[in-house]
Amino acid sequence: MSDDKITLEIDGRLCTAVPGEMIIAVADREGIAIPRFCYHEKLSIAANCRMCLVEAEQGGRPFPKPVPACATPVNDGMKVLTRSKKALDAQRGTMEFLLINHPLDCPICDQGGECELQDVSMGYGEDVSRFSERKRVVKDEDLGPLIATEMTRCIHCTRCVRFGAEIAGLRELGATGRGEDMRIGTFVERTVAHELSGNIIDLCPVGALTSKPYRFTARAWELTSEESIAPHDSVGSNLRLHIRGSQVMRVHPRDNEAVNECWISDRDRFSYEGLSSPERLTEPLLKRNGQWQTVDWQEALHAALEALQAPGPDQLGCLISPTATLEEQYLLQRLVRTLGSDHIDTRLRQQDFRGDAADPTFPWLGLPIAELEQQQGVLLIGSDLRQEQPLLAHRLRMAALDGATIALLNPYALALNHASLQLVAAPPALASELRALSQVLGKPVQGATVEISDRHRQIATALQAAGKAGQGLVLLGALAEADPDYSLIRALAAALAETAECRLGFLAAAANSIGSRLAGSLPHRLPGGAAPKRPGLDAQAMLTDPRQGYLLWGLEPDRDFADPSLAMAALRSAKQVVACSHFKSAALDEVADVLLPISAFAETAGTFVNAEGRWQRFQGAVAPAGDARPGWKVLRVLGTMLEFDGFGQNNAREVHDEVAHACSGLAPDNRLSDARALTAITERSAPSAGALTRIGNLPIYASDALVRHAPALQRTPLAESLAVYLHPQQAADLGLTEGDQVRLIQGAGSHSGSGSVGDNAAAKEARAPVVLDDRIALGCTRIPAGVDGSEALGPIIGPVRIEKIGA
Amino acid sequence: MSFRNTPLAVIQDVDKETLLTPELRAEIDKHVAKYPPEWKQSAVMPALTLVQDHNGGWLSRELMDQVAAYLDMPETAVYEVATFYAMYDLEPVGRHKVCVCNSISCMLGGAEELMHHIEKKHNVAPGGTTADGKLTFKEFECLGACRHAPVVMVDKAYHECVTPDAIDKIIDDLD
Ligand code: SF4
Ligand code: FES
Ligand code: FES
Repeated sequence: MSDDKITLEIDGRLCTAVPGEMIIAVADREGIAIPRFCYHEKLSIAANCRMCLVEAEQGGRPFPKPVPACATPVNDGMKVLTRSKKALDAQRGTMEFLLINHPLDCPICDQGGECELQDVSMGYGEDVSRFSERKRVVKDEDLGPLIATEMTRCIHCTRCVRFGAEIAGLRELGATGRGEDMRIGTFVERTVAHELSGNIIDLCPVGALTSKPYRFTARAWELTSEESIAPHDSVGSNLRLHIRGSQVMRVHPRDNEAVNECWISDRDRFSYEGLSSPERLTEPLLKRNGQWQTVDWQEALHAALEALQAPGPDQLGCLISPTATLEEQYLLQRLVRTLGSDHIDTRLRQQDFRGDAADPTFPWLGLPIAELEQQQGVLLIGSDLRQEQPLLAHRLRMAALDGATIALLNPYALALNHASLQLVAAPPALASELRALSQVLGKPVQGATVEISDRHRQIATALQAAGKAGQGLVLLGALAEADPDYSLIRALAAALAETAECRLGFLAAAANSIGSRLAGSLPHRLPGGAAPKRPGLDAQAMLTDPRQGYLLWGLEPDRDFADPSLAMAALRSAKQVVACSHFKSAALDEVADVLLPISAFAETAGTFVNAEGRWQRFQGAVAPAGDARPGWKVLRVLGTMLEFDGFGQNNAREVHDEVAHACSGLAPDNRLSDARALTAITERSAPSAGALTRIGNLPIYASDALVRHAPALQRTPLAESLAVYLHPQQAADLGLTEGDQVRLIQGAGSHSGSGSVGDNAAAKEARAPVVLDDRIALGCTRIPAGVDGSEALGPIIGPVRIEKIGA
Repeated sequence: MSFRNTPLAVIQDVDKETLLTPELRAEIDKHVAKYPPEWKQSAVMPALTLVQDHNGGWLSRELMDQVAAYLDMPETAVYEVATFYAMYDLEPVGRHKVCVCNSISCMLGGAEELMHHIEKKHNVAPGGTTADGKLTFKEFECLGACRHAPVVMVDKAYHECVTPDAIDKIIDDLD
């Protein structure tokens, strides 16, 4: 490798480089500034702005003209001058041309003060323009609720166009027309609908593309910047929060090559709007005689303690959102366990816990996030990846462009932006599909299999080949986790991975799902991953076998559970419900007795452990809304009031350190303790003849309370509303057509042990329109979860009855 | 990243047999065959020309979308090509196209005068079509025959050193 290096001189400084690198990349590494607009490290080279012109010579012979630094590969012995007269003249000339058509009205432009064009023109341009003719004007396009356009300001760097083509994999923007008439747009006006679209706001060097929610609300120099970690998916994107006073004004990505590179998803970028939602819970509330009363913290805490102690240890259940911080989860389990209960869980959307005993201690993605790009064969089981983990989907897309085989097994085919091999099967058949894949590889597993097709052979052999090369991966996603046969699917996936010599990985659903394993906020895990003497009740069992008292943390009971009707029924029947929440909601109003406002994302210090097992700490950046208090502090006070040990921490860091201490020596490892035995679990999702299975996918902007309260995201086309997606053939069999209004009925306890709770059929009825979609497997229907109206439904994956209204 | 050396193809999930007409597809295939298989989008210009000729001289958005689908390109990429080159028309045109070059040589050689002449005589502005639907009159970029400026392309034929009188005759002889 070392003799592959060459040396060259930039502005008199000796630099080493790899042959083929561009001058600008070497200069950037050396900290030598070269102005640029079109060049971007992560995008292909267009070399169309000409701002990076420099003077260069090779072997004593100067290049006749200035050369673009972004598109001129370096050579051994090259000499580059970035500040010579010739270079500066060229840069000044380019700048003058760029400004010919650019409006010079920075004071009324949202980008003013943080505009690359403004900066570069200050540094490399002239004071006065010689251009006195009329400037061109370009009509704006409406790109939707996230991105504002002012296309007259566009300098045609085409970064946004290349981003769409190369990173998003969806080329919506283009440069149409020619010369003076060239413009960037969609040509046919349409909303840019992509989960990463907001990144073009950062990429655009000028004020042509700006953030619609943020626009004109603050100036760059009024903002302070705080580092943070995104609280939604399990990527844990690194963020920079831009703050004015005590308000998060906008969110930008913070570069971290290993995690999010320089991108963030729109969910991470725009969810901050939820922080200032009018629905925030801002004061402690107590229900007295059915009426909510505002009380002070002291009174509320006393009431909460009473409510937590009243039911007795075995009758207390604690349900926590998996987006709660490590510190909160740790103190919660400490509080609940000291009260004598092990009934604590964050796996709110899981239905099948039969495999808990085999659970790995520290499950993870199976490999570092960045290595996803190097995989040669990946099988994704039960995952709507672009919705669940937008940036991991981007990594896999990169692998696919590099020639990897990306295979998927799902109840509905996904719209992907790369080549893939998709197997589509209704949930009961997912297991059979997996067995078929194992069978192709000559290691049949006991149980039913489907007929083996060419596609099975293709996928299995590709996985095996990739596995041999050490670049094969089998991933389980959120739809698999929600499946009533998750234990079985997981075991079969593990068996397949073993046979194909692939790694097994888990796509942890939420920002801190993995953290729960380490903090011990699960019924079968203590801090550090140890097992308690006797596991407590899991999230499902706590509801099917209702407790008298509940402690809810950061969740909306009608939205965040695998079976919202079941959850609501159990909570309604409870004597005492203490809810610590970021938001008010009708559901909480109904079931809770004490409401404690806690700090949301950006308002509290904490730690998230992401999918690859990376611990990422962050500080509180703004003051909590109203009277809300950081969660860990609330728990500390509760613990202290009860005179429990271990609640004396002075700050979040100390709580973090305790968990870290408990986890010392713990490394991520996905081995199931008893994988083969688990493959013998019998399917319980086998539907009765003719019944449909509901697939309750979680749309990207319904994933947690914060996102659900972010208005701009809710207006995008990706924010789905309640509908019944059916294969046209399935619809025809049911006598339904597009747009028909139907009644949805999900019976209680249809596959879980107890049928007694919430057997009230009327409560489980929802209405929605039919949408035909030939990507859905026969035998099931996709009915989104977490959205308005879905709270009236039952299990996210489970039987559903559809009746035409008015028929 | 570096220069892009692979095409950005997209998977257009349509049955290619349903696109355009069998004859057009066969003609386009001849052009596609000239390029490496992964570069079939290189045939986009001849494909658009074929489709335009077949459609009475202009391209509708639907037709461009079909070309995109046929060549597995993003639609936008086809719009970019079709809006860049002057020889594609995106709105209905007359029976004939009179394209006057107004790039530097022709401009110096009298193209402007020629254009005014046509404009007056036929009551049509550049880019427009005469009321009788006979002519679409276009201002063109360099036609590559600068030595004999001014140059006018009428439909597919070049006319060089064109004077106002000459253009009158050429137009009269049409139809
Ligand atoms: S809109 Fe912005 S990013 Fe896109 S081409 Fe114009 S200046 Fe570049
Ligand atoms: S940065 Fe080099 S030409 Fe634009
Ligand atoms: S300038 Fe008219 S043909 Fe070249």
